[in-house]
Amino acid sequence: MKLSREEVLHIARLARLGLTEEDVDKFREQLSNILENFEILQQVDITDVPPTAQSVMLQNVMRDDTVAPSLPPEDILANAPRREGDCFRVRAVLE
Amino acid sequence: MPDSLTELTIHEAHDLLRSRQLSSVELNRAYLERISRVDPEVKAFVTVTDELALEQAEEADRLLAQNGASPLTGIPVLVKDVICTRGVRTTCSSKILENLIPPYDATVVEKLNKCNAVLIGKANMDEFAMGSSTENSALFPTHNPWDLSRVPGGSSGGSAAGVAARETVYALGSDTGGSIRQPAGFCSVVGFKPTYGRVSRYGLVAFASSLDQIGPLTQDVTDCALVMNAIAGYDRRDSTSVPQPVPDYTQYLNGDLRGLRLGIPKEYFVEGMQAEVATAIKAAINQLEELGAEVDWEVSLPHTPYALAVYYIIAPSEASANLARYDGVKYGFSYQAPSMWESMEKTRQYGFGVEVKRRIMLGTYALSAGYYDAYYLKAQKVRTLIRREFDRAFEKYDALVTPTSPTVPFKIGEKVDDPLQMYLSDVCTLPVNIAGLPGISIPAGFADGLPIGMQIIGRHFGEETILKIAHAYEQSTDWHKRRPPL
Repeated sequence: MKLSREEVLHIARLARLGLTEEDVDKFREQLSNILENFEILQQVDITDVPPTAQSVMLQNVMRDDTVAPSLPPEDILANAPRREGDCFRVRAVLE
Repeated sequence: MPDSLTELTIHEAHDLLRSRQLSSVELNRAYLERISRVDPEVKAFVTVTDELALEQAEEADRLLAQNGASPLTGIPVLVKDVICTRGVRTTCSSKILENLIPPYDATVVEKLNKCNAVLIGKANMDEFAMGSSTENSALFPTHNPWDLSRVPGGSSGGSAAGVAARETVYALGSDTGGSIRQPAGFCSVVGFKPTYGRVSRYGLVAFASSLDQIGPLTQDVTDCALVMNAIAGYDRRDSTSVPQPVPDYTQYLNGDLRGLRLGIPKEYFVEGMQAEVATAIKAAINQLEELGAEVDWEVSLPHTPYALAVYYIIAPSEASANLARYDGVKYGFSYQAPSMWESMEKTRQYGFGVEVKRRIMLGTYALSAGYYDAYYLKAQKVRTLIRREFDRAFEKYDALVTPTSPTVPFKIGEKVDDPLQMYLSDVCTLPVNIAGLPGISIPAGFADGLPIGMQIIGRHFGEETILKIAHAYEQSTDWHKRRPPL
């Protein structure tokens, strides 16, 4: 089953990833091939098998809620593409 | 004194530094000189931290004069450019982070700094550690020191090539599906992926969080144990790191393999494997038998053929979530368009390379409504079966031995247009990440002058056993002493 153009564009939108027309064609082809290879998993019997999210079985790691110094705001903002005072400047979310 | 200062292992350099026959400044100058001579061809370095290295070397010399040295003091290390270094550019070999200067050190870097190790540079890699050849670097490809027309493997290709070309004494890499072991095998150096949770990942730029681990690339197994002594251990800043005491790994390097049981899983000698690789690994296993280990050649791990699909669902899914943070707002490349959504989409379109985009697309698809159960959840369930199969094997065997990859290093450009072929080069290493086990690749021979690596896989937190086996094999061969023609 080959992915449709619309499906590729839908995934790209979910991922907020701009694609060129050429990318769309290439990914239709390549992702379809890769997904076809994943069909091999349909052969495996997974009845009553629980999923593994993480391999060494640590669960619910907690820490004490203690006050400790964080990085200075100036250090964090040093890499900001756009800033205003001590804030990151962003484009308007609501128009 | 040796003829050349750039032929030393960590333990050899340490002996010379401690006995004051050599200063750290002299040692690091020799490496910087070698980098300027060979790196234009090898291209292992994204950044050479020459000024910082000489400052740190002077500080190390002061400590050495006061006998305050650890085994890593004053010795140069190359760090993969996915590990944050405070004040030193950390690019992940991506356009999107080309100018990022982290405000903090990764825990492993902090630990090396405490040992007064000398940071000599940052290593090239496949962008965001996604790849098996270092051709996915958005900056430039790295070349294999054994044959410059071939790839060094990946994604820690710069780290492996840098060690093999003697541009550093050792390096750090990261391994999500084989990214330390496969390039180590391709470059004939030692590469070690510790158990998931053994080494803190605080400050490692995240790719696939249930699989990523940091580990060393070194010239021999003794060096590997020394670096592990320095970087392993619990860190409260990484909630996946495991609170288990760290042994002195060097005390297990005693050469005695009697009583150890090794299993050889037949599924790892896959169809399409290069004949010379299979022959070399079988000879190496015979050697382990001669050294006293008991070998069972008839082990079967029947779910192995499903590991590739499991990995290429789980890793891209986790990557698609982890890479959502690159939106051009807080740091990194930022495309300025009139609207927020367009800025974000264009930032990611121009900032990410093609393999990163491919994996974001694949992962987003596998997690999207209607497909989650069929792909991601299914892969997590098969992951359980793979893990259980290893658990059962380790009831009978102390370690499993396999090739590190099915072929010797391939030509630059050979597989770039065929993602599935590229993915197959990790087929022997990625089951180890799926199960969270420790694995090491050590030099095990050559085919027409090109390196072959042997992988030894251990139990969870059984690092010492595989280091012991690797060391005994290494001491009975001279593969690790061969040098590439540079």
